[in-house]
Amino acid sequence: MKRLLSIHAWLVFAFLYLPIVVIVALSFNKSRFGVQFTGFTFDWYIRLFSNERILEYLTNTLIVAVVSTVVSTILGTLLAVGLVRYQFRLQTALRYLLYVPVVVPDVVMGISLLLLFDLVRDAIGWPRLSLFTIILAHISFQIAYVTLVVRARLMLLDPTLEEAAKDLGATPWLTFREVTLPLIMPGVVSGALLAFSLSLDDFVVTFFTAGPGSTTLPLYIYSSVKLGVSPEIHALSTLMVGITILVLLLGTLFWRKRA
Amino acid sequence: MREAATPWERLRQMLLTIGPGAFWLGLFVLIPTLIMLVASLMSRGSLGQLVPPFGLHNYLRFFSDPLFVEIIGRSLWIGFWSTVFIMLLGYPLAFYIAQSRHKEVLLLLVVIPFFTNFLIRVYAWIVVFQKEGLLNGLITAFGFPPAELLPSTLAVYVATVYTYLPFFVLPLYAAVERIDWSQLEAAYDLGARPIRAFWEAIFPQTVPGLFAGFLLVFIPAVGTFVIADLLGGGKITLIGNLIQLQFGSAQNWAFGSAASMVLMAMVLLGLWLYARTQGERGLYKLV
Repeated sequence: MKRLLSIHAWLVFAFLYLPIVVIVALSFNKSRFGVQFTGFTFDWYIRLFSNERILEYLTNTLIVAVVSTVVSTILGTLLAVGLVRYQFRLQTALRYLLYVPVVVPDVVMGISLLLLFDLVRDAIGWPRLSLFTIILAHISFQIAYVTLVVRARLMLLDPTLEEAAKDLGATPWLTFREVTLPLIMPGVVSGALLAFSLSLDDFVVTFFTAGPGSTTLPLYIYSSVKLGVSPEIHALSTLMVGITILVLLLGTLFWRKRA
Repeated sequence: MREAATPWERLRQMLLTIGPGAFWLGLFVLIPTLIMLVASLMSRGSLGQLVPPFGLHNYLRFFSDPLFVEIIGRSLWIGFWSTVFIMLLGYPLAFYIAQSRHKEVLLLLVVIPFFTNFLIRVYAWIVVFQKEGLLNGLITAFGFPPAELLPSTLAVYVATVYTYLPFFVLPLYAAVERIDWSQLEAAYDLGARPIRAFWEAIFPQTVPGLFAGFLLVFIPAVGTFVIADLLGGGKITLIGNLIQLQFGSAQNWAFGSAASMVLMAMVLLGLWLYARTQGERGLYKLV
């Protein structure tokens, strides 16, 4: 039984890694077509980096991810604090509203934001579909994830710590800055990392809210894949997979050190 | 505990914390959904724009045309079977990881594809399935003629299973980690055979994780358009593709909004059923 379980597990892992390995291998393959390995080369990487557009798409992707992560982390953390601390009317409604961006298919999210931007632009001539609208859209789904992650952390918090600070005469802001925030920091960092990777990964919502001149890497990959497979895309994918693995390894080491 | 100075002070703090986020969610989640609802009741103008008259005509068209009903059926069908395959692959895997001495490494092996860009994961299967791809390379190596594997339903299934498998394994693993194994021993002590003991003592403990994993996989699998678009080559139309088409080349935003509302209604119905069995805690665990 144990044996079967382990054979199964390694087959699944093989399935998970087979396509990634193929792409990585082909990105170093001399021949442009086919899967015959005809020799080792860095040509596709050199060609990739000599494409100035790629740098522009990368910059766009990073601008969107950084700005949206900063805003959504601040708003989401505050929202989580407020939701845990206060009872108010419409609280249940707000809690359910939080789940909407998490559970609704991203195509629905994308077109509903497109409709909003279009309506507002018709009325006041602004905003054009651009990096700005992509950022607004990303924040809208990131907030939900950040809030839920931070809220989970807040619920584990010992309320007497905050009360002690208050009894010692700390103002609410001081209590938040010196007691609450450091205690929930791991949650805030996890929330921000999740928000960041969701933004980097997002294709669908970006697809509907992007305009001319605001191409991101996922949009670029999509449009080139529609034209056909190319070794430059193998190389780009390999780099992105490499960065993913690096970030995850660093993250794991970071958390281990803290623990 | 010292009370917040005054009710006003309390209100001010509440607005400061909840205000911005709630405002954002209202403006960019709630209002767009309402706009979509209104748009779904409008008509298509000569340039594809949204114009009156208002009515249920888009929904009537959607549900009276067998083509669209078939699209819904196909989306649910492919979503369902992909989810079943994912469960068959992922359920034993979660147990293997939970019992392994190298849990952390194995989890990382699941998390890496999870965090790898979605488009790259789909793209990788084009490389495997295309005419000069890996699979055809193997087939021809054995002396068979190359097969047309792309576009195909098979490719859509494989890529869907591949894409969403980690979404299932992670919540299920969390459930397996919390299993109370002493119940299994109790079942053995009472004379149960291994299969029966597992079924009675362990399986029920994983049911909440199964439910959560099912929804986490099924909802995006039904709603995606990218996989069918890239691997189905426009031959396999799912509801996501229909929506994208209406907002793209077909230029019928009113009808696209109606299709979106249908998709959203299906998702909410599923979640409602789930919440009835699991409660809000269950919803919360989804994330």
